[in-house]
Amino acid sequence: MAMLEALGLESVEELFSPIPTELRLAGPLAIPGPLSDIELTQHCRELAFQDLDGTRAPCFAGTGVYDHFVPSTVAHLAYRGEFATAYTAYQPELSQGMLAALFEFQTMVCELTAMDVSNSSVYDGGTALTEAAFVAAASTKRKRVLVASTVNPRYVECLRTGAGAVLDIDMAPAEGGVSSPDAVATALTADHAALIVQHPNYFGCLEDVRALTEAAHAAGALLAVSFDPVSLGLLEPPGAYGADIAVGEGGSMCGPMSLGGPGLGLFTCRKNLVRSLPGRVVGKTVDHDGRVGYVNTLQTREQHIRRDKATSNICTNQALCAVAAGVYMATMGPSGIRRVGELCLQKAHYAADRIGHLPGFDLAFDAPFFKEFVVRCPRPAAELIATVGASGTAIAGVDVSTTISDGGSYLAIAVTEKRTRAEIDALVRALATAAGVSPDA
Amino acid sequence: MLEEPLVFARSNPGAVACRLPQCDVPESPVDSLIPPEQQRQSRLALPELYEWDVVRHYTRLSHQSYGVDVGIYPLGSCTMKYNPRINEDMARLPGLAEIHPAQPAQQLQGALRLMLELERALCAIGGMDAVTLQPPAGAQGEFTALACFRAFHRDRGQTQRTRIIVPDSSHGTNPASAARCGFTITQIASTAEGRTDLDALDRALGDDVAGFMLTNPNTLGLFESGVARICEMVHTAGGLVYCDGANMNALLGVARPGDMGFDAMHFNLHKTFSTPHGGGGPGAGPIGVKRHLEPYLPVPRIVEKPDGTLGLDEDRPKSIGRVHSFFGNFGVLVRGYAYILSHGPEGLAEVTRRAVLNANYMRHRLEGAYEIPHPGPCMHEFVLSADRQKAQGCKALDIAKRLIDLGLHPPSVYFPLIVSEAMMIEPTETETKRALDHLIEAFLQVARECEDTPDVVLHAPTQAIRSRLDEVRAAREMVLREEL
Amino acid sequence: MYPEDLKYTETHEWARVEGTEVTVGISSYAANELGDIVFVDLPEVGAAVAVGESMGSIESVKAVEELRAPVTGTVSAVNEGLADTPEVVNSDPYGEGWMVKITLSDASELAKLMDAAAYKATIESGS
Repeated sequence: MAMLEALGLESVEELFSPIPTELRLAGPLAIPGPLSDIELTQHCRELAFQDLDGTRAPCFAGTGVYDHFVPSTVAHLAYRGEFATAYTAYQPELSQGMLAALFEFQTMVCELTAMDVSNSSVYDGGTALTEAAFVAAASTKRKRVLVASTVNPRYVECLRTGAGAVLDIDMAPAEGGVSSPDAVATALTADHAALIVQHPNYFGCLEDVRALTEAAHAAGALLAVSFDPVSLGLLEPPGAYGADIAVGEGGSMCGPMSLGGPGLGLFTCRKNLVRSLPGRVVGKTVDHDGRVGYVNTLQTREQHIRRDKATSNICTNQALCAVAAGVYMATMGPSGIRRVGELCLQKAHYAADRIGHLPGFDLAFDAPFFKEFVVRCPRPAAELIATVGASGTAIAGVDVSTTISDGGSYLAIAVTEKRTRAEIDALVRALATAAGVSPDA
Repeated sequence: MLEEPLVFARSNPGAVACRLPQCDVPESPVDSLIPPEQQRQSRLALPELYEWDVVRHYTRLSHQSYGVDVGIYPLGSCTMKYNPRINEDMARLPGLAEIHPAQPAQQLQGALRLMLELERALCAIGGMDAVTLQPPAGAQGEFTALACFRAFHRDRGQTQRTRIIVPDSSHGTNPASAARCGFTITQIASTAEGRTDLDALDRALGDDVAGFMLTNPNTLGLFESGVARICEMVHTAGGLVYCDGANMNALLGVARPGDMGFDAMHFNLHKTFSTPHGGGGPGAGPIGVKRHLEPYLPVPRIVEKPDGTLGLDEDRPKSIGRVHSFFGNFGVLVRGYAYILSHGPEGLAEVTRRAVLNANYMRHRLEGAYEIPHPGPCMHEFVLSADRQKAQGCKALDIAKRLIDLGLHPPSVYFPLIVSEAMMIEPTETETKRALDHLIEAFLQVARECEDTPDVVLHAPTQAIRSRLDEVRAAREMVLREEL
Repeated sequence: MYPEDLKYTETHEWARVEGTEVTVGISSYAANELGDIVFVDLPEVGAAVAVGESMGSIESVKAVEELRAPVTGTVSAVNEGLADTPEVVNSDPYGEGWMVKITLSDASELAKLMDAAAYKATIESGS
């Protein structure tokens, strides 16, 4: 009321005078509510209860989103209100903590990947691939990219939608669940800005990344790889095999699966590509008194300055997820990251061995794999997933039959460090029961 | 405030902050599973810490970070309103957090129901016919809508429509998103009153125009009173009109872009619907479209079957495809949904009334001390010019830095680009008159200091953990990681 | 402030003409307006450039300006030193801060460039 008086008004409605009367809403919005906190909680719990979640049935689904362990420090620290309720550090003097956390994140991602430069995040693994294609196109001044057909098809769809209006996208053939370097070398032309691969790939298989990198470079193209950060304690990092751009999905370091979002788009590249980098990047500097500090830098690449000539349209990114991933990496340390990798590797191979020996089930591919593998099933994978889920035993995996597309039934199974032998054995039994075969064979 | 070095300085060789289990399955030698040449050879120089060191480090960093939880954050265009805690709890319910996007629809009925209800609520709020929740941020929402525009025109054989018009006051994401869609961009000037110049728009229109992007209220905080006429002009020329919904906090329950003639719009859940900004993200940028654009929306679409269960429809031949690997930033969607349900129809209208009142009150109180380049009333935010103070030697940037010393977060400065020495203030509805008066007094004090003791302003901040940072050095030296 | 021996463009480039070779940089006015220059993006030697077209860009922390070719021709040299010391564009815009040398292909274009007095007048008239 005091504010209205100060303005010399009788009602707030007068402030809406610039909106023509015919454009004003006549009645209330047709939305539900209001709900008190108690009612809202009850309502959301009822919705939540309708889902089969990973606390009720162990999750063996993967293909980009994995049920990895996230230590308690991550939620307690990254989601502190000072970080969570801040915005982009337009006033760096007020955001030194956030900027330092992002600078540490960039450093740790560079360590993990052996790449020169990391930005402070893009949206997710799929959109990161789009950004990679644009960076490659800008630096090579070429307008085509060649994509291995073992890349996550959802990522390829993101790439088609995100870059298809500006770049041409070709697919390279695969055989036995992996890319063939020879076939890729044949498919590459002098028009290709990049060869885009995924390692481990959509089917969990390891690609011959060195040979693929050589093929790309021989054609004057960049090698862009989509990696799994959790694999890099064990697997050779992208920088070591010559990748020019390495992107990935880091959501499993940040918190629960959350239906695949928010995730964390990781974006790294070689130093010579830094001017084409998308999104925000934090740099080290000093203040007026010579003390070390941090700022968002190289901003002339970005949309708020370069507008239609910007390297990307990204503004809001996934900064809090990047802070969370930083806490994750700091908590796990080098031994923890390696240990997670070893546990995934051993448990996945145990599961593959058991399931592969069930009557009617076979491993689909011979290539080495890390934490995820594909089995050919005697019944439609969708039915197996539904039956095993309905029994409450497990979220059994992902149906990848349409991607392999040879008429067979294929189930992709991911095994993280969280899965126990008992859970794996229960999955084996449930799959056998669902398929009507003996679990003991 | 305590100094805190980077986390690497706390490293202790051998320290472990997290213990992982013994392997409970029979193990094979790693070399038998991964070819040695595929294994990591190089050292992994991540820090080695005890858990308490991790906690102390990030807690101390958090003390050097200013959020809405710390104090008023009047950053124009960003809607830094309070983020209710219950939203956080809802997003962490296991049935909404511990779910996998590739699970079959029958295992995700609750999550799908939540998304469908949120789509319907946003349709109602925006006056739109269909909503996709997939874009993970506003810029991606813009891109999604423009990709739909492109598909719409192609479908009608109008492949020559390759140009997008934007006002010079638009957010930088507008032209950047259009460029990503392969469009060329025409920028048109605004009128002296800060609104779209209809003559300039008329001249820019033609049969090669795919659409016009307008922020309403615009980035000066002014409602585009001629919006109906604008939409009509663009439609007559065969184009489509996009509403940048960054400023929806000014319109909730009061007016709807769909009723104004817009064909598509985005919502920023992290602005209007109170989901935390996260120091830059994650956000969510759902878009709403009118019926004629619905066939082009990203896949999958959530569909309600005759038996009341929900399914996912991937078979939509006209769809532009995917703009996120999965369903968008679902965790953010849950928070926005909780906010809408908490408020209900009257609560949301009250949000807007308070936001607009707060902005006009501040604008009124600051009118004498600062130049206000455009006549009011404003909507939920307003733009001041520090031209008068610049003449006294203090620029908008200096004023911003001085506000930091007074314990406040400064407004947006130097945006929109069409106002010299711009300071864009958005107090939001979640501030009391007492808090606004405190902020106003601070602005008035700084205005006096610009006259009387400009050195105090020019040397600010002195009370923050750092004085002004050398951005030139950062850009020249490009130190983007710590050498370990 | 604007050396008499140089020619100027409306977009604030200067040109020093020596036979068929034209050395190009930006005026002290443009350098001041941009503020501290942090990066200069230059064309490759051998590139063909057309009068009035962008052949590079000059960046400060929060602004980017195009570098436009004052004449049509072929790039014969670029100032590699600017990669490490872009600040010389601010401190010595007409000397160490030169950017590109172009071998011109149409000498008649030179007549369209301004002399120092005309350039000074355009700046003072605020265009």
